[in-house]
Amino acid sequence: MTVSGGETVLFWVLAPLMVLAASGLLVVRRAVHAAVCVVFVMISLAVLYVAQEAPFLGVVQVVVYTGAVMMLFLFVLMLVGVDAADSLTETIRGQRWVGLLLGLGLASVLGGVIARSTFPPPRGLAETGGVTNPVALARVVMEHYVVAMEVVGILLVTAAVAGLVLTHRRRLGAKPTQRALAEAKIAALPTGRHLSPLPAPGVYAQNNAMDTPALDHTGRPLEHSVPRVLRIRGQQREAAELLTAEETLVHRELDVPDDPVPSVGPDSSEGETR
Amino acid sequence: MIPGVAADFSADTIWVSVVKAVLIVVFLLTSVLFAIWFERKLVARMQLRPGPNWHGPFGLLQSLADAMKLLLKEDVTVTNADRRVYLLAPMISVFCSLLVFAVIPFGPSVTIPFTDFTTPAQLTDFPVAVLYILACASIGVYGIVLGGWSSGSTYPLLGSVRSTAQVISYELAMGLSLVSVFIMAGSMSTSSIVESQTSLWWFIPLAPAFVIFLISMVGETNRLPFDLPEAEGELVGGYMTEYSSMKFAWFFLAEYIAMLNVSAVATTLFLGGWRAPWPLSLVGDGVLNTGWWPLLWFLAKVWLLMFLFVWVRGTLLRLRYDQFMVFGWKVLIPFALAWVVILGVFQWAGLAGVTQTQMIVGILVALAVVMAVLWLWPEKKPTGAEATTDGEGGFDAFAGGYPVPPVPGQTLPPSPRARRTVPPAEDAETRTATAVDDEETR
Repeated sequence: MTVSGGETVLFWVLAPLMVLAASGLLVVRRAVHAAVCVVFVMISLAVLYVAQEAPFLGVVQVVVYTGAVMMLFLFVLMLVGVDAADSLTETIRGQRWVGLLLGLGLASVLGGVIARSTFPPPRGLAETGGVTNPVALARVVMEHYVVAMEVVGILLVTAAVAGLVLTHRRRLGAKPTQRALAEAKIAALPTGRHLSPLPAPGVYAQNNAMDTPALDHTGRPLEHSVPRVLRIRGQQREAAELLTAEETLVHRELDVPDDPVPSVGPDSSEGETR
Repeated sequence: MIPGVAADFSADTIWVSVVKAVLIVVFLLTSVLFAIWFERKLVARMQLRPGPNWHGPFGLLQSLADAMKLLLKEDVTVTNADRRVYLLAPMISVFCSLLVFAVIPFGPSVTIPFTDFTTPAQLTDFPVAVLYILACASIGVYGIVLGGWSSGSTYPLLGSVRSTAQVISYELAMGLSLVSVFIMAGSMSTSSIVESQTSLWWFIPLAPAFVIFLISMVGETNRLPFDLPEAEGELVGGYMTEYSSMKFAWFFLAEYIAMLNVSAVATTLFLGGWRAPWPLSLVGDGVLNTGWWPLLWFLAKVWLLMFLFVWVRGTLLRLRYDQFMVFGWKVLIPFALAWVVILGVFQWAGLAGVTQTQMIVGILVALAVVMAVLWLWPEKKPTGAEATTDGEGGFDAFAGGYPVPPVPGQTLPPSPRARRTVPPAEDAETRTATAVDDEETR
């Protein structure tokens, strides 16, 4: 069994890139960039597995680790904070030096083991009996190690159920039905709540943004069409300000105040199919 | 010859593979142009509009014009964007969606016209080809997630978080529905699965799995009624809100290629792949299953599924997000799991030497037991909350201090004005005055 030329090229192209991405993990400041580096390493590893006649292992590496585990990590990273860069202050004194020493120790142990190990000459899949990848694997797992696999399965299910139990909270009251919600909405009407959703922010000739209020049918600005957060921060804009700014550009016919709705041009919003 | 694969790729050199790959990319790009036109035209017909009909015959060049417009538009990168990831995300999306068709068989071995060269109408195949398709889909999600995150804006982030949750949960149901095909076909290679459907297409014996696949494939491709990651009414445009010009076009392209991908997978796994439909497969001792004919059947089936996509989009409304997740986790996945278990039991019974009549008797007995249990199950008593809102307590027109209409089960009290003749409708301004006059004169 000799390693083919294509496989050699693949290895020497991928391996340096993988090392680069793996060291990028230590260097980059943003958590999401680090996650992208890890994803790159995982996928390259999968490609190398496939090149070494282990397509099942390679594909499972991508489906399970890249597709599910890493995606979950990314999910948490994105939800915890979009901009959470780690602070570099030491919380434990001398932590960095101890970490460096331990890392060097681990590297020397691993390096020693790898340097002293001898590998048997590689044998291709064809020489080992020619059974295809998933079939041979299934035979090993389901015949020789079936008890071990079942035990691991039970452990995993137990862990999953434990996770559910620990995060489960019992509901204090009955779940409100849609009718109860609708009745609560009706009951809240006298306090100034609306049945319909809040009006969308205003769209003007020169402005179309969240911070500008829409106008009602009488031409007065609707305060609650601007999101509450912007109003509390004081970031909303006055409709009058916008309208006067537009008037300086366009001569409006001010003598028809009864018709505040501007005439709408031919519908040009059919650009995208979505 | 690759072990565990039905198609024979031994005659393919690297140049044959390159030509096939280029042909697949060209096929996908033109199909997307056609699919956009197809969808717009079809949705328009369903809504009694003509649809695009201006550029080219039947408006066929409309999507080409749109693509040109997107190419030439200004490429805006928002200030808050994380530039590198922002550029990387649409690339990941498109790249991963292009990968899937590499293992889809367009037909059996074909002879290239004017030569003696024979090659399978498929770029490649390996024993775990269908898992590879799932892997491509799961990496493709990174494009959406990173695109939403790197835009540095709220709505795209929300869209990408929704998309992650959606694709992960619907991929589970999809994978489980594929497992039943693996069990029946005894292989995960696409050409072997098509080979196993010579006598019977899997969508008939595996109808529940096919239905689960159809539902989850709509969820997987973020299409209506499951297009929550880009719901216009809630999230502006979802993960692609901040994208413009060519980068947006990449996402757009990836989405349409994803539709073609899942349609092709459904065709290959459940609808017999490139095999001719039943009455035609008998013509001339199966002559329509050889040569270049299968390409026609394959494309017809793919576009039938594309039609289904458009039909569903034109018919159904978008689900609410919580209902959508409840449907995925509490309905689809348990159903798919139960189906796999049932199928496994039957396969085991078949291997253990149980005859078909015994199996049918077993099914009937099981059904009878289930029916009996359902029959004897005590009826659920209405809880206190439901009983009070049943409208038995009479109708209070000012419940909560505000006029409300009667709910079902309540009746309006007789109107005090029912005895009187209603005066004919007059001018709006004078009517209230006359009503007051009437009140005084009587």
